This record gives sequence, C-alpha cells and structure tokens, in this order.
Amino acid sequence: MAVFRAEAHITLKHGVLDPQGKAVHGALEALGYSGVEQVRLGKLVEIEVQAKDSAEARSRVEEMCRKLLANPVLEEYRVAAVELLPNGGAAGAGGGGR
Amino acid sequence: MTAASCGPTAGAGAHFGVVVFPGSNCDADCYHVIARVVGRPVDYVWHGESDLAGFDCIILPGGFAYGDHLRAGAIARFSPVMGAVRRFADAGGCVLGICNGFQVLLEAGMLPGAMLQNASLRFACRETLLRVDNAGLPFTGRLAAGQVLKIPIAHYQGNYFSGEQELSALEARGGVVFRYCGPDGDASPGANPNGSLRNIAGICNSAGNVLGMMPHPERASEDILGSTDGRLLFLSVVDYIEGRAAARRAAPATGGGGGGGSV
Repeated sequence: MAVFRAEAHITLKHGVLDPQGKAVHGALEALGYSGVEQVRLGKLVEIEVQAKDSAEARSRVEEMCRKLLANPVLEEYRVAAVELLPNGGAAGAGGGGR
Repeated sequence: MTAASCGPTAGAGAHFGVVVFPGSNCDADCYHVIARVVGRPVDYVWHGESDLAGFDCIILPGGFAYGDHLRAGAIARFSPVMGAVRRFADAGGCVLGICNGFQVLLEAGMLPGAMLQNASLRFACRETLLRVDNAGLPFTGRLAAGQVLKIPIAHYQGNYFSGEQELSALEARGGVVFRYCGPDGDASPGANPNGSLRNIAGICNSAGNVLGMMPHPERASEDILGSTDGRLLFLSVVDYIEGRAAARRAAPATGGGGGGGSV
C-alpha cells in the first residue's frame, strides 16, 4: 500500500457572498493594486492517505470532501495534485523532511 | 428507539435535556432557565450519549462545539448524540438549537441552509429585535404573528444562506419563524445585524418540531437581563408538551402500541 498526498481545494460557490474575499480585495486596492477584479478565499486541505493507486487515493479524498470537508450548500471542492510520496510518507519514513 | 422514548413524562411536567458538546458554553444558562425560571425537570446530556429516552424537549445550546474547527457545527454533527437527536425529532420530540446549536442542526441537515461569516466580519454581540413570522409551532404558541421580541445575539457566523430554490420552499411552507426587524416589525436591511438572507434569524423543519435560531432566548428570560421575551419560547413548548400529555391521558383507548405515559 503506497501513500499519496492529495490537495482538496474547497471554495465558495459562485453567487455566495464572500466577506473575507471582499475585505482582502479592499486591502489590495488600498495597497495600490489596480485592476483587481475579484478576490475569493477558500481552503486548501492537504491529505496524506494510503491507497493502492492514485485513482483510489483521489476517490477516497473526494468522499471525504462530500462527507465532511465541504458543505454542499455553500461550497464546491476539487481534488488536485494527487502524488505518490516517496518512502511511504510521513508515517512510514520515520520523520525527516517531506 | 420507539415512540416511548420521546413520550410524555406526565406528572413531573415537560422534561428537558441540554446537550453538552466539548466547547458548549451556554449549556448552564439553558439549564438554569429551565430549572429555576420555567421550573421543569432538566438534565445535561453528554455528546457521547445515544439514548434520549424520557426526554420531551432537547436543547442544543450555544458555544463552540469542537472548537468550531473546519466550520461551525461540522464536527459536532458526527457526535453519537446527534444520531439520537435525529431519531428523537423524527419521532416527534421537540428540538431547539440556539446559536451554535442552530449551526449544528444545519450541518446535520436537520434544517435547510448554512451559515456564513457575518457580512461585517465582526463578532456581533448585542440586543436584536425579532419579528415572529410563524406563531403556530410548539415553540411559539404563546407568541402572535407579527409580535416583536427583544432577544440578544452573540455570534460570528450567523449570516444565513440558502440556495434560491430551497429558500423559496422554506418561505412557502412557513419555515421562517423569526426575522431581524426594527421596532415597528419591519424586516429592513438596516435591522439586519449579520447579512442573513431576508433577515432570517430562525427557521423550523417541515413538521415544526425542530427550531433553530441565532438569538439567545435563554439570555432574555429574566427581568434582570433586560428582557423576558425569550422565556415565552420555553413556556410555549412546556404548554405544548404538557397539553399533548394531558390529551393522551384523556384518550387512553387510542393507539396502544408504544405509548409512553403510564401515569
């Protein structure tokens, strides 16, 4: 069983007000950045998960998004960058770097 | 779990349970109001509990259950007690979610919609005025449609959101129970403390026995706190539960199976 790292990107649906995005947008304009059309904030969840291949890793993380990580009323999710970790990932490698 | 589990505990009066999650912080206030102000039996229910037999009304109190990590209520809804609360509600038991308790009910899918951060991005802690839009519920029997109540809010994520279709369905079935309003009952944008769609402050399920609201009625149940309007919600549900129990006693021959009250 290999270990994969996946990124779940969780963002507000279009049409849902994003007060934090608006505040950041205002701050960027205050700093002098012109031409910023819109800013939307979301969450990035990094998950290291055991699976037999990257397709299984992806489907497991997608299920986690549906059940817990994203609220379907407000949010959308996208699972990106599913990559095989060398040395079995954080748990198997006995510490050290990534 | 059978109907007996939410049956009336006739004799002692309506029996309340106050759920305690790790991070709940309005549980003692709710307990105090039921025990000392309303004068009915009340017990704390730890979130690991999975049996609500003997209770007539369950309160999910305010606070920060499980630290509100990920999203308010997102983790609390997987507590063992929430499965029991769902069964309790399905069997007709009365459930009141206040503030964080409302957020938990939304995350659990027991009420429609979700909460966003306040439009102001500020924690809002102040008195609000609420217009009663549905006075035909177990929790609103002592209220009149259009009546204005003074009950405080204290939250950062109380900005009610729902998809357009769900919102229309909610409105059409009378599911909006309270709206933030001005002194004249007008639900204007200026009276909206958090950006909630259509000034929504509280909603109920289709059956009417599950109510979620951001304002804190337990903080408006005694004169010394500046308002006693919140007490009317608790007294309403007591009327409902004890009236239901009395009606069952008056008609003992019907039903038969699973009936709770042996008194």
